[in-house]
Amino acid sequence: MQRIGVFVCHCGTNIAGTVDTKAVAEALGREQCVVFATDYTYMCSESGQNLIKDTIKNEKLTGVVVCSCSPRMHETTFRKAAASVGLNPYMVEIANIREQCSWIHKDKVEATEKAIILGRAAIAKVLLNTPLTAGESPVVKRALVIGGGIAGIQTALDIAEAGFEVDIVEKKPTIGGKMTQIDKTFPTLDCAACILTPKMVDCAQNEKIKIYSYSEVDSVSGFVGNFTVKIKRKARFVDETKCTGCGLCTEKCPMKNVPNEFNLGMDNRRAIYIPFAQAVPKVATIDPDHCNMLKNGKCGVCSKVCTAGAIDYKQTDTFVEEKYGAIVVATGFNPIDVSKYGEYAYDQSKDVITSLEFERLTNAAGPTSGTLLRPSDGKHPHTIVFVQCVGSRCTPERGKQYCSKICCMYTAKHAMLTREKYPDTEVYVFYIDVRTPGKNFDEFYRRAVEDYGVHYIKGAVGKVSPQADGTLDVQASDLIMNEQLHIKADLVVLAAAIEPDKSARPLATKLTASMDTNDFFTEAHPKLRPVESPTAGIFLSGVCQGPKDIPETVSQASACAAKVIGLLVKDKLTCNPCVAHSNEMMCNGCSQCANVCPYGAITYVEKEFRMPDRTTKVRRVASVNPAVCQGCGACTVTCPSGAMDLFGFSNNQIMAEVDAICK
Amino acid sequence: MQMSENEKFVPTIVAFCCNWCSYAGADLSGTNRLQYPANVKIIRVPCSCRVNPMFILRAFQRGADGVILCGCHPGDCHYTSGNFYARRRMTLLFSMLDYLGIERNRTRVEWVSAAEGAKFAATMNSFAEEITKLGPNRRLEDLRCKK
Repeated sequence: MQRIGVFVCHCGTNIAGTVDTKAVAEALGREQCVVFATDYTYMCSESGQNLIKDTIKNEKLTGVVVCSCSPRMHETTFRKAAASVGLNPYMVEIANIREQCSWIHKDKVEATEKAIILGRAAIAKVLLNTPLTAGESPVVKRALVIGGGIAGIQTALDIAEAGFEVDIVEKKPTIGGKMTQIDKTFPTLDCAACILTPKMVDCAQNEKIKIYSYSEVDSVSGFVGNFTVKIKRKARFVDETKCTGCGLCTEKCPMKNVPNEFNLGMDNRRAIYIPFAQAVPKVATIDPDHCNMLKNGKCGVCSKVCTAGAIDYKQTDTFVEEKYGAIVVATGFNPIDVSKYGEYAYDQSKDVITSLEFERLTNAAGPTSGTLLRPSDGKHPHTIVFVQCVGSRCTPERGKQYCSKICCMYTAKHAMLTREKYPDTEVYVFYIDVRTPGKNFDEFYRRAVEDYGVHYIKGAVGKVSPQADGTLDVQASDLIMNEQLHIKADLVVLAAAIEPDKSARPLATKLTASMDTNDFFTEAHPKLRPVESPTAGIFLSGVCQGPKDIPETVSQASACAAKVIGLLVKDKLTCNPCVAHSNEMMCNGCSQCANVCPYGAITYVEKEFRMPDRTTKVRRVASVNPAVCQGCGACTVTCPSGAMDLFGFSNNQIMAEVDAICK
Repeated sequence: MQMSENEKFVPTIVAFCCNWCSYAGADLSGTNRLQYPANVKIIRVPCSCRVNPMFILRAFQRGADGVILCGCHPGDCHYTSGNFYARRRMTLLFSMLDYLGIERNRTRVEWVSAAEGAKFAATMNSFAEEITKLGPNRRLEDLRCKK
């Protein structure tokens, strides 16, 4: 016979104001198996908890029902109290009579009646509760960072600093990401390469960090604390251990006309290349789409000039399998393709460029060695028009609905730097709003307007038409003056919206991490858990979670590292014991549960069963890995034979609650 | 079904709410003191996909007049895809109930996020109003269950 204790909380007047708590305690005291029922001002207070603990001991309770606030608030408090006096913590149930009763009803009779029914449902449930023990799983004390941009680099460095091993997987031949392509950074105007490249070198030299460049995540299995990741190392046809990065091959390669993606196709590289001078690792890579030797078997110049003998045309993709306790996603972003906006004539004129192309044109390592020249004729532009919000803050049919966040500031930077270097240039910026929240950001923008004389015009650019004389006619509206403008421009710069990298969506599927409609990773809580994914053990760093500038990315990356370190210092993780389990006698091994399981927690085992006639029979039955199961219950409903059930929320428990409510 | 003193029909409504979104949304509507009828009783489940169609039939059998299932918005499920399973299962169950001659409006699926306290209250108000209009569930209630 079970012995249930019921504790009704007043919560000051929060509950007692609309619910007659004494009447609730009396009514519930008459329920089946209830041996003790009382009410008290604050159950969560120390004296309230002591009341529960003493009663459990004195009355030898086997189950506890607390009628109080939401279980999301104090379930753990009361479970801990029960556990401290030897009652299994999962023998405690909460009836939510505050958020879902006293606070939403005004009529005292009605609210009291409802509180009694909710209490009865909780009693009905607790009678069917079983003692559960949380399992433990070990933690592999290594982390994987996917993406080697500034976010990934910062997270990796911080984790390594705490003494844990970190692997970085980067799909490009070098780490560094988008920040390597940027010339100067707002609002301080320090050079991006000067602050980034030392961090890249730190990564390469740190003995705790291993860089898998030119590699991709192929598959992920496992769960928090114990992931197994298969990494695909793409063939770069150069032996990384032998290549010294001298660059001789990249000078001698006869394939000279390969568009250089680092400079966004504005100049050319060879078929064997090192992306840029400070690349990490500084190792050459052969582009198989353009290499004559790989395509036709004719050439081999690079292998002849390489003194280190690093060239290996027979290299193939290889796979490595590694174990990790935590995975950090830092897949970053790309600017959107602006050619779909025909009105800006991006495809028609070479002098309509994106902001990232503008960065390359002003960078000393760029195609023009840092002199701002028109891509079409190499002449100095005298009038430059910047167009803001290209594809950002649009209708869903036209572009992205969100604000890309960084464009206002980098356009102010571009405008300011142009006016500083070339004071004879007229600079116009067309904007919808100028958004500059951030430390020293608005001051920076005001300097562009007030000290550098950049013409900021509130309005939209309607059309860019290339003219016969090589200029561009920019037709725009000035919303403040309420007039149509025509500007004869030499260069038009489009502030393209940013979007998550295309690799993010398939990666999210591999990680079972959720994403929003824009393909940004979802955080566990938008305010309180911003660097964790709802999937345990997956952490988010940088723009993969939402648009961010560099200072924000770095702070998020460090925050992410702190969370990863917090996980990796643990030797063991406690698992949620409310997991699915299969009744082997009823299971017929149909595989339907495994099909719906989002975590791959269900496997099948061959088991021997003794039959009534003393023979044995081997049958295939489902087996749930309790460390992987998250307890959603999808399998319990799918199971056609009713063999699957969920601890803590069993079929009988839920039906008992239904019965109690409908009585 | 229960009748109050002046014999005004007060329906019994069971709401299944997933732990991560809708139950939290219900808590939020409480925190914001948004009123909805006291005859709505909430049962907490880990995910909307934990709700077996049998639970809904059981509720009707035991005398519920309306059953509503609330989960995370499609794509936002804590368990990635649970609410999609729930949506499919409920579509099938509802068409079966329809076939059996049970009014379509007695059952409903709604997506309520943890931030939508106001939506939760509004949903419960409109659902309770609808069930009150429909009157008691006589077709599926098994009177042998009533002592």
